[in-house]
Amino acid sequence: MRDPIGDLVATVTGFVRTLRAAGVGADHDRTRSMLQALDHLDVTDQGEVYWAGRLTLCATPDDLPRYDRCFAAYFGGQRAAMARTSTTSVTRHLATREDAEEGRDDGTAAPATASRAEILRHRDVARLTEAERAEVHRMLAMLRNGRARRRSRRFESAHRGALDQRRTIRDALRKGEVARLRHKRHTTRPRTVVLFVDVSGSMAPYAETLLRFAHALVRSEPRATRVYSVGTRLTPITAELRHRDPGTALNEVSKVIPDWSGGTRLGEELKEYLARSSARGAIAVIASDGWERGDPELLGTQMARLARQAYRVIWVNPHKGYEDYQPLTGGMRAALPYLDDLVAGHSLAAYEELSERLAHA
Amino acid sequence: MDIESPEKLIELLDRHAYLADEGLATAAFLALKMGRPLFLEGEAGVGKTELAKTLATLLKAPLIRLQCYEGLDAAQALYDWDFARQLLHLKAAEAAGITDVSRLEGEIYDRRFLIARPLLKAIETQPSVLLVDEIDRADDEFEAFLLEVLSDFTISIPELGTVSAKTPPVVVVTSNRTREVHDALKRRCLYHWLEHPSFDREVAILLRRLPDCTETLATQVARTAERLRQADLVKPPGVAETLDWTEALLTLGAKELDPGLAAATLGAALKYREDVAHVLGNGLLSHA
Repeated sequence: MRDPIGDLVATVTGFVRTLRAAGVGADHDRTRSMLQALDHLDVTDQGEVYWAGRLTLCATPDDLPRYDRCFAAYFGGQRAAMARTSTTSVTRHLATREDAEEGRDDGTAAPATASRAEILRHRDVARLTEAERAEVHRMLAMLRNGRARRRSRRFESAHRGALDQRRTIRDALRKGEVARLRHKRHTTRPRTVVLFVDVSGSMAPYAETLLRFAHALVRSEPRATRVYSVGTRLTPITAELRHRDPGTALNEVSKVIPDWSGGTRLGEELKEYLARSSARGAIAVIASDGWERGDPELLGTQMARLARQAYRVIWVNPHKGYEDYQPLTGGMRAALPYLDDLVAGHSLAAYEELSERLAHA
Repeated sequence: MDIESPEKLIELLDRHAYLADEGLATAAFLALKMGRPLFLEGEAGVGKTELAKTLATLLKAPLIRLQCYEGLDAAQALYDWDFARQLLHLKAAEAAGITDVSRLEGEIYDRRFLIARPLLKAIETQPSVLLVDEIDRADDEFEAFLLEVLSDFTISIPELGTVSAKTPPVVVVTSNRTREVHDALKRRCLYHWLEHPSFDREVAILLRRLPDCTETLATQVARTAERLRQADLVKPPGVAETLDWTEALLTLGAKELDPGLAAATLGAALKYREDVAHVLGNGLLSHA
C-alpha cells in the first residue's frame, strides 16, 4: 500500500533539491507553498504541476530558464545529474592570501610605522610587492567610509519646518487650547552608491584593490551600496561582498564573475544595467581605464542616460594618477562630457580621496 | 463566486475582454484560492495593471489602487488624520468652554476624522481588490511596511484600536523591475513573470478589445510590434501601447497599416524620441 501524499511530498522535495543545485534559491518555506498550491490543482496534470512550482519556487526572471531545465529533467523521466559549476581559473586571479587576511604576520609584512604607511599611501598598487599590497589592503579594509545623506521619508521633531499636525493636536489637547504649533522635518538616510568595477584584462593589476574598496563600501553601508563587475558581462556582486571577511568575500566574487581579462564593453553593459535597473538618485561610480572595445558612441549615449538618472557620476581611473595623464582613450573621451568628477584609483591615498567624495557628494 | 479551475478563470477573464494564458490564469486562480498576494513582474505594458482591474470587475469588487512612488510613506498609504477638521473641532469646544481633555481626545480621534488611504480602505472594504502598482518605485523601507500589512491584514491605529479584515482583499502587486524587490516580500506572494504576448495572442487581444479593428490591421500591427520589440529600443512597446496605437489608427480611419499613417501615429506606441528616430531612420515601419 503506497502512501500517495507522502509520495507527492517526497517528489516535490526532490525536485526542489534539484532546483537548488541549479542555483534557484528555493527553500523549505517555498516548498510548502508549492504543496499548498498543488492542493488546489490537479497533480496528475503536468502543466498544472509546472505552474504550481514556477509560481511558488521562482523569484526572478533569471530563475525561469533554470526552472524550465530542471522541470524537464526531473519530471521528464530522467533525473539529470546537475553538473557542479566548477570554479575555473577565475580563482587564480584572485588568489587571496588567507594569512594576510587574518592579520597574522608571515614575516614578510612588518607592522606599518607611520612613515612607511605614509609612503605606501601614495604608491601605485600595481607596483607593490605582495607584502606591501597586503598591507595596503588591510588599511583599505579599515577605511571609515562615510556616506552623503539624502532626505528620507521619516520625520523627527524640529524647531522649524513643516507643521507637525499630530503633535500640535496632542499639545492642544493637553493644554486645552491650541497654544503652539509644533514642527517636524525629514530625517536623512544614506545616499545609494552604484559601483561598476571593470575587471577586464587591462585593469587586472587594480581589480583586487578595487574589489576590496568595494567590499569596504558594502560593509559600511550594506543597504545603500550596489556593486557590479563589468568586463564583457554585467554581473551583480553585492551579495557576495556582504561577507564580513574580505578574503571570503573576494573568493565568493571570483566564483560569480564569468569574464576576467576579456576586453571591456562598458557601453553595452551600461545599457543592460539601465534597461533592468535604475540609478535614480544614486551616486554612480565607474572604475575603469576606459579602454573600450565596444562602440565609443554607444558608451556616450549610455553615459548620457546614466547621468540623467544619477545624482552624481564619478569615474575612477587608475591611470589618472600619473602626472602626464590625458583622458585620450576612446571610451574615456566619450564618457567625459557626462562626468561630475574624474578621480585617480591607483593608490591608497586615491581611494581615501574617493571615500571622502562619497561622504560629501 | 466559485471558480473551480484555472480554465474556468480563463473563460471568465475572456468574458471581460482580458485574454490570459495558462500561466497567468493559474497564478490568479491560486492567488484567489490560497489567499496570497499575486506578484506580477514584467516590462511596462504587458497587462499587469489591467489584470487587477479585470479581476475586480469579475469579482464585482471595488478596485482600490495604491500607486507607488519614491518617498511614499505610511500616512499616504495607510491612513491620516484630518488635521484641519480636528483643529476646528477643538476650537469649537474651546468656544463652548469644554475643557475635559479625555472627552475631547475621544471626540477628535473618532473614525470620522480619520482619512482612510488605500491600504486601510482595502482592509475595511469587503470584498475588494487591492492593486499595489509599481512597488519597485517605492523605497525599500516601504516594502518592509507593506509586508507587515500583507501578512495579517491588521492595522493598529494607536488612537482608535485595531482594524482587521475578516476576509482579506485580493491583492495584486506589480513591478517593472527597475530594481530588485526584497525576497521576503516575494515569498509572501505567488510570483509570476509576464512576457509580451505571442503574435497570435496579440492579434486576438487587438480584435477582442477593438471591435472595429480589421483582421488585416491587427495582423500588421502585431507583426510590426514584434519587430519593434526586437529592435533594441529604450522602451519596447507593450500590449497597452499596441492597443493605443491601433486605436489611434482606427480613429484616423485606417483599414490597414500604411507607412504614412503609421509614422503619424507612432507617438502612441513609442515614448522616447531616440526610439522614434531609430524606427523611422531604419525603415522599420515599411514591409508591414
